[in-house]
Amino acid sequence: MDVLFDGLVDAIGLLLSGDRDTWSIIALTLRVSLTATAIAILIGLPLGALVALARFPGRRIVLAAANTGMGMPPVVVGLFVTVLLWRSGPLGGLGLLYTPTAMIIAQSAIATPVVVALVAAALQQVDPDFRVQMRALGATPVRAFAALLGEARLPLLAGAMAAFGAVVSEVGAAQMVGGNLAGQTRVLTTAAVLATSQGQFSLSIAFGLILLLIAFGVNLSLTLVQQRRTVPR
Amino acid sequence: MGRRLRVVLACVVTLLLAGCGTTPSAGGSADKSLILATTTSTQDSGLLDELLPVFTRDSGWQVKTVAVGSGQAIEMGRRGEADVLLVHSPAAEEKFVAEGSAGPRRLVMHNDFVLLGPKADPAEIRGTGSTEAMKKIAAAEAVFVSRGDESGTHTKEQGLWSKAGATPGGSWYQSTGQGMGATLRVASEKAGYTLSDRATYLTQRDTLALEVLSEGDAGLLNVYHVIEITKKAGDRVRPDGGKAFADWVVAPPAQRLIGEFGRAKFGQPLFTPDAGADESKLGQ
Repeated sequence: MDVLFDGLVDAIGLLLSGDRDTWSIIALTLRVSLTATAIAILIGLPLGALVALARFPGRRIVLAAANTGMGMPPVVVGLFVTVLLWRSGPLGGLGLLYTPTAMIIAQSAIATPVVVALVAAALQQVDPDFRVQMRALGATPVRAFAALLGEARLPLLAGAMAAFGAVVSEVGAAQMVGGNLAGQTRVLTTAAVLATSQGQFSLSIAFGLILLLIAFGVNLSLTLVQQRRTVPR
Repeated sequence: MGRRLRVVLACVVTLLLAGCGTTPSAGGSADKSLILATTTSTQDSGLLDELLPVFTRDSGWQVKTVAVGSGQAIEMGRRGEADVLLVHSPAAEEKFVAEGSAGPRRLVMHNDFVLLGPKADPAEIRGTGSTEAMKKIAAAEAVFVSRGDESGTHTKEQGLWSKAGATPGGSWYQSTGQGMGATLRVASEKAGYTLSDRATYLTQRDTLALEVLSEGDAGLLNVYHVIEITKKAGDRVRPDGGKAFADWVVAPPAQRLIGEFGRAKFGQPLFTPDAGADESKLGQ
């Protein structure tokens, strides 16, 4: 139990002392996970909307695939991206393996199905008459779609949080495609695993607590946006 | 509503730009960047943290370290996914070099393996030689925790079993499939025996309920070689980088760093530098 307390003390110490290594790990964690989440939203929002609102053959298969993808083990995604980025692989010429870009690619692949599935669910639970009414009131399709997004903003932002949570906490893909290189691709999860295998438990706990703190900060910001207009005035 | 959407979109775009804008600077050292595939023991013991910054400063080469078992490291070399290897699995190394895609293989350093176990020592191996100890563990069916990952340590362990004429198996023989640090932890928690390189054990001794029970015989020597990889393994191999690292690590300044590593913290060096020495005379 001492380890937990030491970990807490270490975490506070690392944050307050402005330890450069720790802060660069925190910055990289945020950069990789937020960028991956943003890319997942850019791809997943239109795709999820398409699946929710359009009618085309294979729609249910896409939805089922996205739902399956939500539970896809990050290690599998990591392995797949690694093989693609190998020097001997199809994208080997780019020299991306063991870079933050590779981590962003892998984490985007992990987060996109989450966004697609949750966007589709969010938009489908809005009353179908809503769109009809918007169009009847003379809204352009773009305005109608924007209004629909506004109507579904609670579950949409929940989807963004789920996507961020999935990538900031995963270690398998980050380790495999990033390589946990000090000062280059070390993020909080891989740093915690390394500290554990080096026997530095309180440092590992400290990284874990910092990770929690960051996840909480990001989710708090999103929750504040999400809940802004929900209290009746 | 449109305004909020614009705000969200602006945030997304800003994040993307932030992500893309800074990525090349961190990953764009493709110019002088090499991949070192090595064993978990060099990373878990902290040796690489000591050596690599100095190498980068001296040579200008950025090193991407992939710390895996020696078996996987050699496989990466075979496929041309690494430029240089620092490994400790001599039999597998010789076989790999004989295949022809590797460049020079040079002796770097050694330390030794130790047989560890709980203080109670149920199989009574304390002070015995390694072969005798393995025989006793198998006979007593005492818990033995194996790396099980085709690493240099795992290969050494298999060699010890066969020398002892024992075939490990059954519920007492447990395989973690993980690195040395993680395997030590499992052995400690399960009060089992295990084989470890001395460096990793010493760096983690304080957190483990394991003692050195058998050590010091020639069968437990742990020898590290550096192997350069050539273009024959793959078009994108950087032989210049591999050569730069190999030349550096066997040169006197790096050898001095290796000899000093751990002395201040553990009262004894964790590795013995051996560059240029006669391998057959090691440990005598």
